[in-house]
Amino acid sequence: MKTKLLTLALGAAAVATVSTGASAATLDDVKAKGFMQCGVSTGVPGFAFTDANGDWQGFDPAICRAVAAAIFGDATAVKFTPTTGKTRFTALASGEVDMLARNTTETFSRDVDLKFTFAPVNYYDGQGFMVRKSLGVTSALNLSGATVCIQTGTTTELNLADYFRANNMNYEPVPIETNAEAQEKYLANACDVYTTDASGLAATRSAFEAPDDHMLLPEIISKEPLAPLSRHGDDQWADIIKWVRNALVIAEEKGVTAANADEMAASSGDPEVRRMLGVEGEYGAMLGLGKTWALDAIKAGGNYSEIYERYIGKDTPIGLARGLNALPRDGGLLYAAPLR
Amino acid sequence: MTVASQYAEDAEPFRISQLIYDKRYRSYTIQVLTMFLFMVAVAWLVNNVIENFRDLGKEFSFSFLWQPASYDINQRLIEYTSRSPHWKAAVVGILNTLVVAFLGCIFATIIGVAIGVARLSKNWLVSRLMTIYIEGFRNVPVLLWILLASTAFSAILPSPRQAVPLFGGGLVPTNRGFYLPAPVFESGSALLGIIFVASLVGAWIFGRWAHKRQRDTGEILPVFWIRMGIIIVPTFLMYFVLGMPISLDIPELKGFNFQGGLFVRNSFMALWLALSLYTGAFIAENVRAGIQAISKGQTEASSSLGLPAKRTMNLVILPQALRIIIPPLISQYLNLTKNSSLAIAVGYMDVTGTLGGITLNQTGKEMECLLLLMAFYLTVSLLISAVMNVYNNAVALKER
Repeated sequence: MKTKLLTLALGAAAVATVSTGASAATLDDVKAKGFMQCGVSTGVPGFAFTDANGDWQGFDPAICRAVAAAIFGDATAVKFTPTTGKTRFTALASGEVDMLARNTTETFSRDVDLKFTFAPVNYYDGQGFMVRKSLGVTSALNLSGATVCIQTGTTTELNLADYFRANNMNYEPVPIETNAEAQEKYLANACDVYTTDASGLAATRSAFEAPDDHMLLPEIISKEPLAPLSRHGDDQWADIIKWVRNALVIAEEKGVTAANADEMAASSGDPEVRRMLGVEGEYGAMLGLGKTWALDAIKAGGNYSEIYERYIGKDTPIGLARGLNALPRDGGLLYAAPLR
Repeated sequence: MTVASQYAEDAEPFRISQLIYDKRYRSYTIQVLTMFLFMVAVAWLVNNVIENFRDLGKEFSFSFLWQPASYDINQRLIEYTSRSPHWKAAVVGILNTLVVAFLGCIFATIIGVAIGVARLSKNWLVSRLMTIYIEGFRNVPVLLWILLASTAFSAILPSPRQAVPLFGGGLVPTNRGFYLPAPVFESGSALLGIIFVASLVGAWIFGRWAHKRQRDTGEILPVFWIRMGIIIVPTFLMYFVLGMPISLDIPELKGFNFQGGLFVRNSFMALWLALSLYTGAFIAENVRAGIQAISKGQTEASSSLGLPAKRTMNLVILPQALRIIIPPLISQYLNLTKNSSLAIAVGYMDVTGTLGGITLNQTGKEMECLLLLMAFYLTVSLLISAVMNVYNNAVALKER
């Protein structure tokens, strides 16, 4: 009797299949929650930081706010989750966050193997080195034997290994978790060099007490196209992020700003502007969003140029020139597919 | 009567309701039901994992272990470059874990025994100081001690360019680590090694002889000093006779860092010190408890036989106390080993940092890496337990 029952129990247990897999329709989940969850970094001046009120600000949170505005018409319907280089992918894959906007480099293995979908690049970066001027180093090729602070779990860690190997130099890696920790170690002189994306170095240096005592070496040893990303397999959600990013770039091209967006919607004769701002066509509905999705996204923080200049541009302490991140007409790579 | 009723019951056909109302079957029902619910819960969890993995399009496979790791590790006890495969990175991490755990256990035991005995001191100041040490370390999370040690090293010690070598270059403390001279073995050092081993054997043979002599004649020789002499003197003399075949490689400042010698990184020092001091406090309490558990009559009996206090401690109290100390000591060793996974907080590249950190992150094989990690810690813990249990059986009270 007992054995029979046991067999029955085992059989039943084996066929009992209950699934709680992450739902494919992120947009529906987000709408049901009433807010979007966005993964940002733990803090890089200009790119992601908390202001005096404890609200997340910066270049990366701005894209999250634009997406939230496109969905809800409300740029505050977003919750930010700080993630480290190590925790970010698990957080996104597990559904803890709906999108990542945190200085993440697009690579083959992250796209194909880790199964993420990258939106078009929103910041073209490259890995650089920061050293003290007092060291007298003028080139990364003089760095043999140096102690290098490196954020663990990043592409920079791999580039660094490749670069030193290719140039037959040795180094002592000091693995650290966050930018803040790296800054502390570097300033305490526990490492000679800090290496990460050049934008991150410029941002970090700007927060130093004496930024002029430090310099970036001329070598940029890698391509680091930074882009927002979402989980693989939800094209609708990926499309929303992609087209919000594109809308911000097109808005810059067409001169649509946070201040004049309503006015442009009412008066502009440019067909692309009219399509984007929801005056013509049903583009919002095709994305599963309202008619004014792009209008709301632009009004949330302005177009690409406004966001750039507010957080990391020439007039900020970070002082990054547009460089590759300018529109093609200004000699940059920032390009958006046509909205039609 | 019993016989009759048994027959009557056996004759009755089995009814389903008996499963609940009949005492004979009820316990089976409950057990089977519990087992069933437990299996359903396990099946649900496993199935959930499989389904989610399928949804994410991930494949469960360990083949990534043979791909090049592509990252560098600063402290490596075996040959490793960024072109080595992931499994080798894991082995480098495993060795780093074992080194810090092994040295940690030794240092923690030394501290623990010294402090535990000192806490029983009749000197008021000494015993109070030891109490403060024990309570202070035991009651603050070990992670904080590790971080404190690490921060103290990097904030207080000078950078290599400002570093002041101590003991004529014998020790250079910097905010990156401690540089020590490393021995360089030249020709002839093998012979020296053989002489040293022979001296050790000689010392051991002398010890046995002295023991036998003491049993036969009752005469006690200064065994410790003679042994030390046997071990040190021949090796010391031969060292000069052979023309000093072992020299020291003194670290020197070259470029960014000191080169040469032995480099002990601050991450290692912080982890090792904090783990040892923390676990040492627990071991001290075990030692104290073990000693206090020995009845005072033993001390008095030993004194009445004329044994001095030191011999009483070494020959009477400690051997008995060990029986009580060993079992909790095992669990302290296990704790220390597992706590060494906090290495990640100070960037010490133990197995959690390599396999469970960078490899996991770069390959996205969370499940596989974590299962391997768990298997590793389980194996090491069981091994430590097994070895210590053998020792425990050796010192345990033999019932004859």
